[in-house]
Amino acid sequence: MVNKNGESRLSLWLQKGYLFLCFAFLYAPIVILMIFSFNESKSRGQWTGFSFKWYQEAFHNEQILSALYNTILIAVLAAVIATIIGTIAAIGLQDLGKVSKYIALEVNYFPVINPDIVTGISLMLLFIFSKIELGFVTLLLAHISFCIPYVVLSVLPKLKQMDNNLYEAALDLGATPMYALRKVILPQIMPGVFTGMLLAFTLSLDDFVVSFFTTGNGVSNLSITIYNMVRRGVSPQINAICTVMFVTVLLLLVIINIRMNREKKQMQKMDRI
Amino acid sequence: MKKKWFSYPYLLWMLLFTVIPMALILYYSLTDTVNGETVFTLANFQKFFQPVYLKVLWHSLVLAFYCTVGCLLIGYPMAAILANQHFVKKKFLIMLIMLPTWMNILLRTYAWMTILERNGVLNSFLGFFGIEPMQFLYTEGAVIMGMIYNFLPFMVLPIYSVLVKMDKSLIEAAEDLGANRIQIFRKVTFPLSAPGVISGIVMVFMPAVSTFVISRLLGGGQFALIGNLIEQQFLWVGDWNFGSALSIVMMVLILLSMAVLNRYDKDKEAGGSLW
Repeated sequence: MVNKNGESRLSLWLQKGYLFLCFAFLYAPIVILMIFSFNESKSRGQWTGFSFKWYQEAFHNEQILSALYNTILIAVLAAVIATIIGTIAAIGLQDLGKVSKYIALEVNYFPVINPDIVTGISLMLLFIFSKIELGFVTLLLAHISFCIPYVVLSVLPKLKQMDNNLYEAALDLGATPMYALRKVILPQIMPGVFTGMLLAFTLSLDDFVVSFFTTGNGVSNLSITIYNMVRRGVSPQINAICTVMFVTVLLLLVIINIRMNREKKQMQKMDRI
Repeated sequence: MKKKWFSYPYLLWMLLFTVIPMALILYYSLTDTVNGETVFTLANFQKFFQPVYLKVLWHSLVLAFYCTVGCLLIGYPMAAILANQHFVKKKFLIMLIMLPTWMNILLRTYAWMTILERNGVLNSFLGFFGIEPMQFLYTEGAVIMGMIYNFLPFMVLPIYSVLVKMDKSLIEAAEDLGANRIQIFRKVTFPLSAPGVISGIVMVFMPAVSTFVISRLLGGGQFALIGNLIEQQFLWVGDWNFGSALSIVMMVLILLSMAVLNRYDKDKEAGGSLW
């Protein structure tokens, strides 16, 4: 049997099998985490019975709840603030002179390629040097600053694709610059802005290294809480919280996907009419 | 109104949160405090050239190299299969590759401890077949595997995005001209996918060199990498000057290797051509 690619059925099965093994490798730890969040005993290796008790305990554990709260609050704040600063910056960067634009883009790119640990330490030194007490504020500032470059990098290509004459035309027709910005530029770069914000949100949510160095005063997020627990053994309560988070994200993704598909179908219908 | 004013707040932000912090690291790496006085010195860098520390650096580079090779060997076929096949749910499969990165990295690495430990899942599984429990956790292999596990998606995606855009008629042309599969791969597919391979290598090698979490969790502190050394200097030893010097060394090394690799990647525009 040969399909239209000229490949035998055997080779197709081999390929599918290979993919399956790779995905098994990627998902094994996640599945195990989830399974052990329902384990009755605290042991992380032995299965003793099914129970929801870690879920109940997790949602009554002050320490874990405050870590969860910090993680989400910082991710939301950092994503929103970084998106605002980054989008405005990207619009401005387009109009800079050649040399200053080059320098600005290189400096903007720096945190992207700099190892996390160096970024974290450099920010820690900055905060200590300027006598800002390490805590929630420094954590937030650090997250905003490692998120902005990604927003800038996702907005810039959209700006490049845009026809600059549209903005000029709006000005000629009497729009104020702010109005033209809101009504002409922003709608066109929105996909890039959205991608940037999503990227910033996930980066902030998942960050450990930068947070580890820039927090203090007992303020901690989920990653730091887990890191501190590892030596004594991570409580299954953490498994429970993370399972809930993972499933939430998964559901959100599925919903977004379904909605986008539906919109696409509607668009296609409209086109046909 | 010129729009360039819009960039000024961010320029100031970059000065405050990127340029000055880096300058601070450089400052600390070049100074030392002797009897309460700060003096300029190269001693921190000299200290680094002791065999103990050079060994740590060498070890980090070797492990990161193994990790990168492993990711490439596992990831390239994955990307190629995904790009070639007419899977109905291609987008979905690509998303499945990224999805694990949405779960906390520490927790995923911790889950590997559950799998690999002496009375863990893997040994119980092997026990069914009558295989004696083995030591998996706290070995070099565990650290490399943890790195491959964490960074594999960053190898697959760039290669995939290059391969999927590739003009398939080139392969058909090569077939028509009598090339066999190996020749096609060597002469057509692989050279065309080189930009993806390079960005994959960069995206895997960089975090692998600088990690301190994976080696701490899966290596149990036995396999200290340069990241662990830096963390120690800042948080436990309190020698910020030496820690800063180590950071500078690691940074320069990474930037240099990126510069070498980027020679092969010409179509970069939005920054990064310098690094």
